[in-house]
Amino acid sequence: MKRNKNVGWVRPGMGATIFRLVVCLAIPALVAVAIMGSSPARAEYADIVINNYSDAAGMRPAIFPHWFHRIRFRCKVCHADLGFKFQAGGNEINMLKIINGEFCGACHNGEIAWSVDNCDFCHSGKPGTKTQVHGSTVQKLLKPSQPAK
Amino acid sequence: MRTVTIPFLFAVTLLAVTLCVTPSQTQAAAAGVGADAKATEASQPPPVATPEQAATKAKGANTFNRLMKPKSERNPAQAADGIHDPDNPGTPQLQPPKEAFSSLATSNAGNYINWVQSLKTNAVSPRYDRLDPNAEALILDLDIVREVKGSMPDVVYPHDRHTAWLDCSNCHPDIFIPEKGKNTISMAQILMGQKCGVCHGKVAFPVSECRLCHSKPKATAAKPK
Ligand code: HEC
Ligand code: HEC
Ligand code: HEC
Ligand code: HEC
Ligand code: HEC
Ligand code: HEC
Repeated sequence: MKRNKNVGWVRPGMGATIFRLVVCLAIPALVAVAIMGSSPARAEYADIVINNYSDAAGMRPAIFPHWFHRIRFRCKVCHADLGFKFQAGGNEINMLKIINGEFCGACHNGEIAWSVDNCDFCHSGKPGTKTQVHGSTVQKLLKPSQPAK
Repeated sequence: MRTVTIPFLFAVTLLAVTLCVTPSQTQAAAAGVGADAKATEASQPPPVATPEQAATKAKGANTFNRLMKPKSERNPAQAADGIHDPDNPGTPQLQPPKEAFSSLATSNAGNYINWVQSLKTNAVSPRYDRLDPNAEALILDLDIVREVKGSMPDVVYPHDRHTAWLDCSNCHPDIFIPEKGKNTISMAQILMGQKCGVCHGKVAFPVSECRLCHSKPKATAAKPK
């Protein structure tokens, strides 16, 4: 706090000092950001968190990004051909089904997309994050966004 | 580095000015100001924050926009998005949305991407078949007009823009009986995630974009009785 007080008498010609000071303050601040993360979730619209079993199995919850996949595939491929129901968590996906070529495993097989050994590309959620469609109307209606703090 | 320091320069100057103008303030109050500045830094991704926003946010409880997300917080990278674990080794390897979106048509809500336009202009060319990159979508060109009670324009449901992405079986017969007039649809259902709301407000453009659905002005304006 004491250091901050010194910047009070900002005068022209002090650019370099201020710059150095700002750098000194900015680095710890960035570290703080990195450590604390940001509390309010503002992830991409339609990101699906799937956590029926992950937490209990000691894995991070799986996150499926719709935006990334819809750049590469139409909805029809997954929701008609591969039989994904329109319900987050509703397909009861597990690793056995995946290595048998169902659900994510229809593509994440080392042929169409990278294979299942890349656990942390899919299991990338914060532990404890509930199954959800991120940013959905229902999510917003049930839990109004918190005022920015 | 420059863009990173500007918001901090602002925050720091503001902090300093506050401390100078009110020298009689107690240690507790000064600590309060410090905490606010810290919160500002924590909730703002530095590379996109603008000085005005940093300054506005530093006012603590009385930020200009309390509930609306500032533009600078759109499409954050995974490590800062609140649901991905920044400590997970795979997280930094995921593609930041902004990188993928830079060449796509934009919109005002959802992913802030106009997917219809991006598909039409081939800015994206998603496969219609898992294996065959050349499979063509089966497009049905059939608009269904649904008259709406009250002041809102009528709803036009376009089959063409849906069948560009979806299969008939995604909607028929589970969500909609394929016969005009056989389905009751209301805004309440849509908001609760049924009917059009199975997709709109979850993956397809959100419900806030009234005019995309309510697109046909009424022939006669509603009059008070
Ligand atoms: C292509 C994405 C993907 C990859 C890669 C992946 N998983 Fe999974 N995994 C999932 C999904 C989706 C679920 C279902 C999550 C849930 O409901 O909690 C799941 C569930 C699990 C579960 C709990 C259910 C079960 O089958 O026992 C475990 C444990 C698990 N994964 C471990 C792993 C390990 C270990 C790896 C790496 C060898 C891995 N996963 C790689 C997507 C993936
Ligand atoms: C690469 C595969 C894939 C593609 C392409 C895809 N989805 Fe999904 N979708 C999923 C998965 C996986 C889930 C989650 C299922 C689960 O958790 O069991 C899901 C869930 C959903 C849900 C359910 C949300 C809820 O209410 O819980 C909707 C709606 C949806 N998708 C719509 C779409 C639309 C519209 C498109 C095209 C723009 C699309 N999806 C493209 C894989 C896909
Ligand atoms: C229809 C095929 C398909 C299905 C089904 C599918 N994916 Fe993918 N996915 C892909 C392709 C293609 C990529 C890009 C692979 C690459 O970069 O080589 C990808 C990439 C990813 C990525 C990395 C995105 C990035 O930032 O690079 C994640 C995470 C992912 N998939 C998770 C999942 C999960 C979880 C499921 C199941 C719920 C799933 N995918 C089902 C095709 C699919
Ligand atoms: C995104 C959802 C969706 C998809 C995909 C979809 N439809 Fe429809 N369809 C509707 C809606 C909504 C209606 C209007 C129902 C009403 O007005 O009650 C409709 C109505 C119809 C009707 C009745 C028209 C009339 O005048 O009575 C037919 C036939 C039809 N659809 C065929 C198809 C076919 C064929 C496909 C695939 C090529 C398809 N639909 C894909 C949503 C969809
Ligand atoms: C199965 C999922 C699904 C259902 C159900 C659905 N839509 Fe859509 N709709 C989409 C997708 C995907 C798009 C492509 C644009 C996007 O993703 O934002 C779209 C696009 C549209 C567009 C075109 C917007 C534009 O930019 O031109 C309109 C209008 C629309 N929907 C209206 C409706 C109405 C009205 C209903 C209910 C009668 C409905 N939709 C039901 C998935 C759906
Ligand atoms: C995804 C498409 C879609 C979007 C987005 C949408 N509506 Fe609707 N709206 C409908 C449909 C479909 C109906 C039912 C029409 C009918 O009676 O058949 C409807 C009906 C209504 C009605 C009549 C009362 C009722 O519940 O039936 C009002 C009022 C209304 N909408 C207002 C709005 C407003 C305001 C917005 C923007 C916040 C909005 N709508 C966004 C599709 C949409």
